[in-house]
Amino acid sequence: MNLDLTPEEQAFREEVRAFVREKLPAHIRHKVMNGLHLEKADHVLWLRTLHEKGWSAASWPREFGGPGWSPVEQYVFEEECAAGGAPRLIPFGLKMVAPVIMAFGNRAQQERYLPKIRSGEEWWCQGYSEPGAGSDLASLKCRAENRGDHYVVNGQKTWNTLGQHADWIFCLVRTDTEAKPQRGISFLLIDMKSPGITVRPIITLDGAHEVNEIWFEDVKVPVENRVGEENQGWTYAKFLLGHERTNIAGIGIAKRELARLKRVAAAERKDGRPLIDDPLFAARVAQAEIDLMALEITNLRVLSAEKEKRAPGPEASILKIKGTEIQQAISELLLQAVGPYALPFRREAMAAGWQGEPVGPDYAAPLGAWYLNLRKLSIFGGSNEIQKNIISQMILGL
Amino acid sequence: MDFALTEEQRQLEDTVRRFVGRDYGFEHRRAIQKTAEGWSRETWAQLADLGALAVNVPEEQGGLGYGPVETMLVMQAFGAGLLLEPYLASAVIATTLLRETGAADELLPALASGEKIAVLAHFEPHSRWDEAAVAATAHRYGDGWVIRGRKGVVPHGGAADLLIVSARTGGEAGPVGLFAVPRETPGLALAGYPTLDGHRAAELQLPGIYVPDTARLGGEACALPAVGRALDAGLAALCAEAVGVLEALLAATAEYLKTRKQFGQPIGRFQALQHRMADMLLHVEQARSMAMLAALRCADPDEAARRKALSAAKVTVGQACRFVGQQAVQLHGGMGMTDELNVSHWFKRLTAIELSFGDTDTHLQRFAALSAR
Ligand SMILES: Cc1cc2nc3c(=O)[nH]c(=O)nc-3n(C[C@H](O)[C@H](O)[C@H](O)COP(=O)(O)OP(=O)(O)OC[C@H]3O[C@@H](n4cnc5c(N)ncnc54)[C@H](O)[C@@H]3O)c2cc1C
Repeated sequence: MNLDLTPEEQAFREEVRAFVREKLPAHIRHKVMNGLHLEKADHVLWLRTLHEKGWSAASWPREFGGPGWSPVEQYVFEEECAAGGAPRLIPFGLKMVAPVIMAFGNRAQQERYLPKIRSGEEWWCQGYSEPGAGSDLASLKCRAENRGDHYVVNGQKTWNTLGQHADWIFCLVRTDTEAKPQRGISFLLIDMKSPGITVRPIITLDGAHEVNEIWFEDVKVPVENRVGEENQGWTYAKFLLGHERTNIAGIGIAKRELARLKRVAAAERKDGRPLIDDPLFAARVAQAEIDLMALEITNLRVLSAEKEKRAPGPEASILKIKGTEIQQAISELLLQAVGPYALPFRREAMAAGWQGEPVGPDYAAPLGAWYLNLRKLSIFGGSNEIQKNIISQMILGL
Repeated sequence: MDFALTEEQRQLEDTVRRFVGRDYGFEHRRAIQKTAEGWSRETWAQLADLGALAVNVPEEQGGLGYGPVETMLVMQAFGAGLLLEPYLASAVIATTLLRETGAADELLPALASGEKIAVLAHFEPHSRWDEAAVAATAHRYGDGWVIRGRKGVVPHGGAADLLIVSARTGGEAGPVGLFAVPRETPGLALAGYPTLDGHRAAELQLPGIYVPDTARLGGEACALPAVGRALDAGLAALCAEAVGVLEALLAATAEYLKTRKQFGQPIGRFQALQHRMADMLLHVEQARSMAMLAALRCADPDEAARRKALSAAKVTVGQACRFVGQQAVQLHGGMGMTDELNVSHWFKRLTAIELSFGDTDTHLQRFAALSAR
């Protein structure tokens, strides 16, 4: 037993670190390091930069233009990107729809969609949730009627992250209303420019426009945009949910945020001394760091099991719960660290280059919105309650 | 021992609750929040008519001469309604302070009637809730004083007609004096901004402003003890407000769990969520008890006993704010994250309360220090 990376993996880590240091534009790094608002252009620019190097699709196999990295290499890559201040790659295209298209799509679909996902030319969003179908996704109602060469889609999707930027949406739709809920679902790829689609913003508690409602009114979707077989969409969706695990724990992001917390706590003063020297605060930071250390090793255990091609099991639920709890805990400590300056709240201050009169230290301005926004982590991607149900049923057999 | 309210107290509570229920609905509040000032003068006038602004003003100065228990009842109702107006800042803290200093008899009637709003500007950008960390100075100049310094995150500073500014009068280590500084004093710079919970606060710059000697409140003695007592009254009121928010949020979440269906049943049928709600209720009841303790002890002349009780209250209330606030959002799922629903607004107020007047850890440490003796 040994926790060290192999020399090759270590060399790979150095290579990624050097690349990020050299190629990540300074203005993007600044935003990420300080929790400022990222524009669509920032995400696209970084993805294109990676694409030029052949690294944009870190989790893809070689045959589809990925680098063919092992799970450990993918993990090292994501960790170094996060540490270096790179934006998290938007997962909907690269990590959600792409694996489904690779596994269940036909050749034509693979050739049509995958290259543009990899290059950042097309932006994807996820259309699963509906007002009445959140945790109970299989109860979804958005209807697609098969009219021979096309479907007609009617209904509503909601909570679509960054759907306002999207060129395409992958949707779970109901194609059979008679069958058991899980049996009547199909997986459709829908062009966001199709007539009959309306996107409306949902403003979240932090004042951000990050999610949307999407309405479909008699939207025509060619049948060739269906992935796999009709009424088998649920199987594909489950495959997708179980597929992505290398970054579900968000270790790299948590490490970066922990470093930010330490910087802020060193700059803040309490009773005339740096806050980080306050025994109680220092203990709180230590607790978060210890939790993160344990999770990192748990994560590596899961990855190495994957390397040995053992089927990944419900361990992803462990990573998701602990990973999100740790990120939320760090965001709470960040807010606590700045004392009374946790309160000033100006949405404008979230934009890089904002010229207004700062209130309190610079680093304090985005922390309130960051804390509020991260409450989402335990709700989406299968809420933490649902993850605990999975653990108790699938791991514990209860 | 007696937890019962008097008839008069019950009437006051009814009056204020009725006002919140009838005249301070969520959409109305949202409209107020969007205005430039972020609070409503019309509401302020209504509060004056109800007598709410007179609660802490002695009868001799045109007030009702009530105390912390009545303040608690009022603040609980305002918590549920998420009142945006500077009630805590002016009608509790500044009013208590003016009463304590005994020097501003002519101001109290104006506060009770709603004619004027006063706000204490005590904490400074680096004081981090350390009440003694006053660096602002006041120097004699002619018949008056020149005040120099900065005050940070002054709650509702922008709403104030009168800022009660603390400053050291005998050089850097001298006693702290209090000065009633009119908002329009030449040189005074006030930069207002919204806070996380939709309230307002301000940074105050005093680059050597002149006030006449009559602005001085409370004589030569150091004013820190009076400031401490006013802030303690404020802290007790804040705990009461938190209880009002907590109750409302608990009730709204219980209601949501009964109506929101997933997997063919109300989500409130899931035992995991039932137990979560039970934990939330435990927090609310512990907070309620401690808010009562805070109200009953906040005017105790024994400073150590008073502060121990208040710190204990703030710790319990702060923990309730965090747990209940976060879990209410969690149990509402995506809906809890929206600006549209009142749940996130209650959550944000709880977050702000937890981080005001000293956060949970600050009071935990203060309690430990007081309790070790
Ligand atoms: C910021 C954000 C971004 C999102 N982005 C997307 C996106 O891009 N695409 C998309 O399709 N969806 C997205 N979602 C939706 C997300 O997946 C859902 O919010 C999530 O599945 C929960 O569903 P719900 O909101 O309807 O809550 P509900 O399912 O109504 O759950 C409410 C509460 O009940 C609990 N609960 C439900 N069932 C059980 C049970 N059986 N046992 C115990 N507890 C239970 C939940 O854990 C939660 O606490 C996003 C959500 C958010 C908040």
